Amino acid sequence: MMNDFLIFENISKKFGKQQVINNVTFPVSKGEVFSLLGPSGCGKTTLLRICAGLEEPDNGRVILDGKDITDFSPNKRQVNTVFQNYALFPHMTVRDNIAFGPRTAGWNNKKIASEVHFFLELIQMSEHKNKYPHQLSGGQRQRIAIARALINRPLVLLLDEPLAALDLKLRQRMLIELDTIHDQIGTTFLFVTHDQSEAMSISDKIAVMNKGVIEQIGTPAQIYEAPTTSFVAAFIGDTNFFEGTVSEMINSEISRIAPSDFPEITVYNDKHLSIGTKVYLSIRPEKLNIAKTQPNTDKLINIFKGTVEDIIYLGSMTKFWVTTQNYKLSIIKQHSSFLLDEEPIRWKDEVWISWNPEHGYLLDQYAETDENLLTIPT
Amino acid sequence: MKSDSSKNKITEILISAPTLSWLTVFFLIPTIMAIIMALRPSNPYGDLLPGWTLENFKTIFSPIYISVVWRTIWVSILSTIICLLFSVPVGYYMARLSEKFRKIILFLVIVPFWTNFLIRIFAWKLILNPDGLIHKTFVFLGIIPSGGSLIYNTGTVILVIIYTYLPFAILPIFAAAERFDFKLLEAARDLGATRWLAFLHIFIPNISKGLMAAAAMVLIPCLGSYVIPDLVGGTNSQMVGNLIANQAFVARNIPMAAAWSTLLMAMILLPLGLILCVKILLDKNKD
Ligand SMILES: Nc1ncnc2c1ncn2[C@@H]1O[C@H](COP(=O)(O)OP(=O)(O)O)[C@@H](O)[C@H]1O
Ligand SMILES: [Mg+2]
Repeated sequence: MMNDFLIFENISKKFGKQQVINNVTFPVSKGEVFSLLGPSGCGKTTLLRICAGLEEPDNGRVILDGKDITDFSPNKRQVNTVFQNYALFPHMTVRDNIAFGPRTAGWNNKKIASEVHFFLELIQMSEHKNKYPHQLSGGQRQRIAIARALINRPLVLLLDEPLAALDLKLRQRMLIELDTIHDQIGTTFLFVTHDQSEAMSISDKIAVMNKGVIEQIGTPAQIYEAPTTSFVAAFIGDTNFFEGTVSEMINSEISRIAPSDFPEITVYNDKHLSIGTKVYLSIRPEKLNIAKTQPNTDKLINIFKGTVEDIIYLGSMTKFWVTTQNYKLSIIKQHSSFLLDEEPIRWKDEVWISWNPEHGYLLDQYAETDENLLTIPT
Repeated sequence: MKSDSSKNKITEILISAPTLSWLTVFFLIPTIMAIIMALRPSNPYGDLLPGWTLENFKTIFSPIYISVVWRTIWVSILSTIICLLFSVPVGYYMARLSEKFRKIILFLVIVPFWTNFLIRIFAWKLILNPDGLIHKTFVFLGIIPSGGSLIYNTGTVILVIIYTYLPFAILPIFAAAERFDFKLLEAARDLGATRWLAFLHIFIPNISKGLMAAAAMVLIPCLGSYVIPDLVGGTNSQMVGNLIANQAFVARNIPMAAAWSTLLMAMILLPLGLILCVKILLDKNKD
């Protein structure tokens, strides 16, 4: 509880008949970068606006630093927002934009000048301080928006898809810059994005949202390695799903499952699901090994034979789609050795697919529609 | 780059040529003719006499007319200010309405134009008539004394001027407000501004062009108005427009009328020039 700096408690919100936020509860710790990650329309912006006071929740409370701020008006909250399209004031110079908050708060001129100077330096925009927003590039505007919010020393900085309007290269650069700024200022960041790689690279914690609910909260590695729902598994990265029932307990942690139209699979069953339980297994493509020769057989390793259907060479890795039985498995082979020395795997080759039981993960929740999120639905 | 910009200059001149010739024929030449006419002497029968004189301008600035000139100025400025004060909130709320309601309100703003201007002014005469319901109610409530009048005074002139020109103020302000990004107000609120401060520091400066257009649209016809003071004003609410009409149609002193017109022109061009200067300054600030 000590660490729960910002708490969303049972937040619900309807627009007309549409339930946009459905009883959402989660804590954000002080100083961390917390991401709300989910597809467009899942309610991320609404949640952020509720935190900023620009939207009123139908239910629930927002607690910041021990204070219930649910009924505070936006100007009374110690949070500031970097808006999706920056919302810079077009009739003000860069300097006046950044000084807007301090001036409104009635700081003395000397303090305003020195703080504006500090933040102009921080975002490396000092030479542009007398320009107007329309004279700046997208990346520069974005930096102004960040400085304009941060100068007020908010307890939490809310960022609504701050990089979405930038092109790929700039997005990656700004991401690093954001990270640097976070390291220097130390403010808690609540970061909204629909881009999983963005969330993965900057966040201490990620909450994956879907249709107004939070599906899973965890560190990027937890979310990626141990997704609890099919939505999380499919939305973040790619994966392979298997549906089956537990058929045999090999030891306390290893079981075998029997999919309906696939040979038995050995899985890591740390949840101790008993025989007969219906389970859903998710295995990331890069966890699967692909080889032209049969690998060493260990009783516990899953080994299946298949045919290569598709190959996409991506330089640092190659993506394969291999059919075994009725399944089409997606496999990623990372290239850590010099590729040209190996005998290549070609289209229609017979290959061996193998993986360790620990590399699959049993989901708590599965929805068939989530398969549509995969690159190639199974 | 240089040849490009000079090419642009030529294109600009070519594009504005029709407008320029229109202005020359229908504005510049008549204005010069009026000024020349104002310098001619005349006799009481309305005949022009040979030679030149400054008498007409001297008459204009004689003390008996100062009050009319002064009234013209303050009535116009006050009416313009009141029109703007009404139009800004109206434009703001119109821009925030849903598409459907916005169209309805826009329609309501424009609908008075479907009736002739003179008929609408006469309607006011009927509405405010001492035998009218409003007059009787006001007397009954003690708002005006029984011998008082709601009509034929300067207040009524201002009321009807505002009624007449309000749509001309609302439309440009609404057009500017419609282009305004209301997210900016949220940003201002987020940065600590109250609703009122956000409105004042963010909304108003961003619709400044609409405000200036609205001010010009009201102020200029106001300064020249003569039908309204003539119909609903009293002897104490004459404006320069009435003097011009009087000189031209009653006294038949065309040079005098021309002199008044020249003054009116100066009164209109002066604020217009000021507005233009402010506009240019604002634009310069932006680039
Ligand atoms: N002011 C509003 N009125 C009606 N519906 C809204 C409003 N704001 C958002 N919505 C709806 O709520 C849903 C969630 O929106 P939003 O929070 O913006 O999603 P996200 O930011 O995750 O893309 C969307 O379906 C959107 O259409
Ligand atoms: Mg959004």
